Amino acid sequence: MKPHDWIQILLYLAALVTLTPVLGAFMHRVFSSERTFLSPVLGPVERLIYKLGGVDAKREMRWTHYAAAVLVFNLAGCALTLVQLMTQAWLPLNPEHLPNLPFGLALNTAVSFMTNTNWQAYSGENTMSYFSQMAGLAVHNFTSAATGIAVVIALIRGLTRRSGTSIGNFWADLVRCTLYILLPISLLLAVVFVQQGVPQTFDSYATVKTLEGADQVIPLGPAASQISIKQLGTNGGGFYGVNSAHPFENPTPLTNFLEMLAIFMIPAGLTFTLGLMTGDRRQGWTIFGAMLTLFLVGFALSWWAEMQPNPATGLVSNMEGKEVRLGIMNSTLFSTITTDASCGAVNAMHDSLTPIAGGVALVNMLLGEVIFGGVGAGLYGMLVFVILTVFIAGLMVGRTPEYLGKKIEAREVKWAVVAALAPCVCILIGTAIAASVPVGSATINNQGAHSFSEILYAFTSAAANNGSAFAGIGVNNDFYNYALAICMFLGRFAIIVPVLAIAGSMVGKKIAPPSSGTFPTTGLTFVALLIAVVLIVGGLNFFPALSLGPIVDHLLMLSGRAL
Amino acid sequence: MKTILQSLRVLLVLTVLTGIAYPLVVTGIARIAFHDPSHHSALLAQKTESPPYFWPRPSASDYATIPSGASNKGPTSADLVKSIAERREKFGKDAPDELLTASGSGLDPHLSPAAAKYQAPRIAAERKLALEKVVALVDQLTEGPQLGFLGEPRVNVLALNLALDAAK
Repeated sequence: MKPHDWIQILLYLAALVTLTPVLGAFMHRVFSSERTFLSPVLGPVERLIYKLGGVDAKREMRWTHYAAAVLVFNLAGCALTLVQLMTQAWLPLNPEHLPNLPFGLALNTAVSFMTNTNWQAYSGENTMSYFSQMAGLAVHNFTSAATGIAVVIALIRGLTRRSGTSIGNFWADLVRCTLYILLPISLLLAVVFVQQGVPQTFDSYATVKTLEGADQVIPLGPAASQISIKQLGTNGGGFYGVNSAHPFENPTPLTNFLEMLAIFMIPAGLTFTLGLMTGDRRQGWTIFGAMLTLFLVGFALSWWAEMQPNPATGLVSNMEGKEVRLGIMNSTLFSTITTDASCGAVNAMHDSLTPIAGGVALVNMLLGEVIFGGVGAGLYGMLVFVILTVFIAGLMVGRTPEYLGKKIEAREVKWAVVAALAPCVCILIGTAIAASVPVGSATINNQGAHSFSEILYAFTSAAANNGSAFAGIGVNNDFYNYALAICMFLGRFAIIVPVLAIAGSMVGKKIAPPSSGTFPTTGLTFVALLIAVVLIVGGLNFFPALSLGPIVDHLLMLSGRAL
Repeated sequence: MKTILQSLRVLLVLTVLTGIAYPLVVTGIARIAFHDPSHHSALLAQKTESPPYFWPRPSASDYATIPSGASNKGPTSADLVKSIAERREKFGKDAPDELLTASGSGLDPHLSPAAAKYQAPRIAAERKLALEKVVALVDQLTEGPQLGFLGEPRVNVLALNLALDAAK
């Protein structure tokens, strides 16, 4: 723990806190259909997209219509990518002549990118053509991110509008998000990445002679443009197999810093957007505060654990699976951020983290990806917990629960419970099946408790739409390709549909002015309550599973046992 | 039905915009502003085992590039314990942890200054150079934290080996 570690951490936090209101206010303008400084350039493009798409962006949608548009659009994208991946050998921009993907892997990958998970059962450099990467996978990086953000904006409209039955227009939200927010920031980041050494070319792989006279193949490709959006959109799917540990994907400490900032930038900014849309900025900062607290606690624990000696291996610091230019602090900061947000990019191998740091990564995902969380998804997930919190608090003090002046009733609570429990069901049932059938444990890469952690991590990552892995486990087989595809799909849409249903049922409710009996949803008390509900609902479900995995693994390590 | 048609049309337009136009623009900027892709190869570690050279960190994938990879061995892995013992044989019993562990990418191009200097006596002996000269070379090629505070001090192994060959 050197002084410059602390400087980097403080700088990261300062940058995050500074960007939150700036980006949050900008996003508020974008989703209020107001003019922005980019409108003179992008306004005509926006109108052209609506025209080519045949959509009326001004027409408001009820929640059912909005949800249908989300589902159909996403499924269409999934189908297109599935076909693309299975025919890439016949499509352009495939200088390495990579073959078509088999159905199982193509389906898993298409679902994975559609759901913003970016779970990867492949390595890009020997599997994906340049065309598949840029015109297939990277497109989902934009559209799945924009989908998540659109859904949370629709939810906030439902929570804050004073009348009506509609929650916005999905096409307008999707297009404006892509055009005004995701594309400009990605472009800026990509240019910096190229300057720092990330490849951006359509040339075929190069071959160089090593000092000892061997041939070394240099994988290239349009990497920078994809890496910037995979961070910004909390997608996480690496252009190269080892993701942001690869010297091409994350060549310098500066790219590493920007990649970490890009992950949290939008999810944090959206809390401020929430504050502006509710007309009370404290509502946003309260949620920001709860998220920041959970993040810092997880990071501190993770960093501390990685600096402890390991009696099982005799090492004093854990550099297995890490890179020298990044070091331990930047690796644990990244691993915490990427699992808090449902990003899933990694700059160090999570499988080789100490049991506590790996456990923190797991818990971050198990809590429902609400610690900043995926773009849009983190905030709508947290708002589901907010609804549960005011419900539970209402029960305790014997008042009708309300949020932002609107009554929370049985219907909303039921949908909130569905959204909170859907990933839990996928994770626990999926892990239980995989751990008990031979095919589930045939491809594990470690022994004992750690092998159970590998399986638990895989199902958690899929259902939480994270995409990182304890990557030793071999997952490119029918069992994992299909099982995890199901988990990724349910983990995404079994939350999005309930969230939109809540938006639809809240939008028509009257807003009552706050009275002395109103339970405030701002301030430290609420931060504490919200954190407690997240930990209890999200965490206790999994305590037995965590005991079998990281907790036993930690005790084994302390006793100096290796299996 | 209308929603399906709209979905397909919007999807195609966004595919052209984000999947084709955007990467082309970035490539164009890359070509105009920073037109030298050849410097990339120095970013990847090369398999280097002959004694007169600095050796990069161990690679679980034996420095393969298509694809590269890590061990993904956990902290209680007996395989990892075995690998560490083998690397102690290779690097010596006091080798720093980073020489005993495989990197995340399998292509880590850097060593910490300490891990480079740890290897300096072998190189000095093999090349019949003064130890101070080799250590000075490591110091000379060490990059500090970027912008003064980001990341770790490090030295590129390939650059170091090329400098050794040039020094003779």
